[in-house]
Amino acid sequence: MSATGIESLAARRAGRPDANAPELAADERRERLHLFGLSLPALLVIGIVAFLPTAWLFWLSFIDEGSFSLAHYERMVREASYLRIFWSTFEISAVVTVIAILLGYPLAYLLSQLSERAASLLLILVLVPFWTSLLVRTYAWLVLLQRRGVINDWLQGLGLVDAPLRLVHNYTGTLIGMTHIMLPFLILPTYAALRTIDRDYLKAAASLGASPLRAFWTVFFPLSLPGLMAGALLVFVLCLGFYVTPALLGGGRVLLVSMKIQQNAGMYFEWGAASAMGVILLVATLGIFWGLGRLVSLDRVMGER
Amino acid sequence: MHEPFVPHSRRLWLYAFAALVLVFLVAPVFIVIPMSFSGAQFLTFPPESFSLRWYRNYLESPEWLAATWISLKAAVLTTLVATPLGIAAAYGLNASRTRLATMAQVALVTPLLIPVIILGVGVFYLYVQIGLVNTLLGLVLAHSILAIPFVMVTVTAGLRQFDLNQERVARSLGATRLRAFMTVTLPQLRNSIVAGGLFAFITSLDEVVIALFISSGPQSTLTRRMFSGLRDQVDPTIAAVSSLLIVLSVALLGTAQLLQRRR
Repeated sequence: MSATGIESLAARRAGRPDANAPELAADERRERLHLFGLSLPALLVIGIVAFLPTAWLFWLSFIDEGSFSLAHYERMVREASYLRIFWSTFEISAVVTVIAILLGYPLAYLLSQLSERAASLLLILVLVPFWTSLLVRTYAWLVLLQRRGVINDWLQGLGLVDAPLRLVHNYTGTLIGMTHIMLPFLILPTYAALRTIDRDYLKAAASLGASPLRAFWTVFFPLSLPGLMAGALLVFVLCLGFYVTPALLGGGRVLLVSMKIQQNAGMYFEWGAASAMGVILLVATLGIFWGLGRLVSLDRVMGER
Repeated sequence: MHEPFVPHSRRLWLYAFAALVLVFLVAPVFIVIPMSFSGAQFLTFPPESFSLRWYRNYLESPEWLAATWISLKAAVLTTLVATPLGIAAAYGLNASRTRLATMAQVALVTPLLIPVIILGVGVFYLYVQIGLVNTLLGLVLAHSILAIPFVMVTVTAGLRQFDLNQERVARSLGATRLRAFMTVTLPQLRNSIVAGGLFAFITSLDEVVIALFISSGPQSTLTRRMFSGLRDQVDPTIAAVSSLLIVLSVALLGTAQLLQRRR
């Protein structure tokens, strides 16, 4: 607080009108502006390197042969190949989300019932893969699932199958790899939400005669839904734009929006089609994140990393 | 107070299921490391013989070393760019408390919400026009847009635990704003700042998609080389590189996690 601030405080205490109120207000505005200015370098870098090109793509998606046109979007709707890509992206994202819920919720539930100490020790097993590079984990699955890979070796060694199964470079491999990478994104927010549920509700339900199963489904599960929904939406939205894992484990048999964008831009230099697909993906993604932001604070989710 | 209403014996299936899920989560990571010490051309688990040949291969390959060097340079420079920018933005926007500041906070985390593939295509398009494709500067700027949000979020979280009145006291005793920040605020934010810097470093080191678009040939980053290596044929040298990356990521991000908790 500056000297003028103290004087005006004294003036107000004495019941006199604040003679320099306008100056003080101006001072405060200037100070806030200066503080805001500290964010300008970061805004500048992100504005030029992230937002400008994204806006540019937006613009390109509406330009065909030099003039404004909706031709690129019409192609997306009319051509069966594009519709199929959008559908398979949606489908695989939904399937991965459902599997992640089925695998992740029981684990999060069990962890939330252990002591904090035990839970945080077991959480390390969730965090280690979470921290490991995406590419490394995808590589691990490639090695595990390939024809002469570990899983086929074991299956044959145990006499469960005669010939090696085709586990990778197809839909199965993509599904396994994507689920593995997405699972921590479901477990961590769900676990955090389950921890905050007051156990006394369950005791109340039990004292009123509910069986444990009934108490779970009518009391605990509904209370856990916001956390679970947040995790599920996060997984779904991350799957929509996922590139690395499906590109490597799908072996060209799984074509998703992100891969088509990469092909159009990187191989055929078809900027119009690439940007129109990108805009559709971006609008869907930001829309879902907006919904997610209404469920939980976003920086909590992003700060997890 | 004993919690579970269902006796342990009747929910063994839940314990077994949870254990299987945990195995599914960690198995890939823990299988790659022993396999990187395999002596055979084909990776089997458990390895039939042990050797350091894939590590030797990595250390004797000029291409792998060049890619590692580029990735490390990019990661260090990204950390040096993103950390101060992230701290300045976090501090300024946290103290400014205006509607405009809230909007700027949202804008600064938006790069994490945009699918990376879109950023990759966009950055590539921009860099073609201004000649930044295949340059270290281009790589550092592109990685900074992903790293700045992490630093900002981490430091903002640290600032929420900090009482700005401490800085006011220092200034009322005659310190300039900068001096008050440097001697009072900054030391108390140390843990958050180091955690943010570690996030920035790993974000750059692990980044794949943007690098696919803007780095190639002799300018390839480590992850870009790995990506191409995985598409063509699986070279066991990648197991060695992967193991090194696992150890590095877990060590750095584990440290970041501990620092944040001790804030």
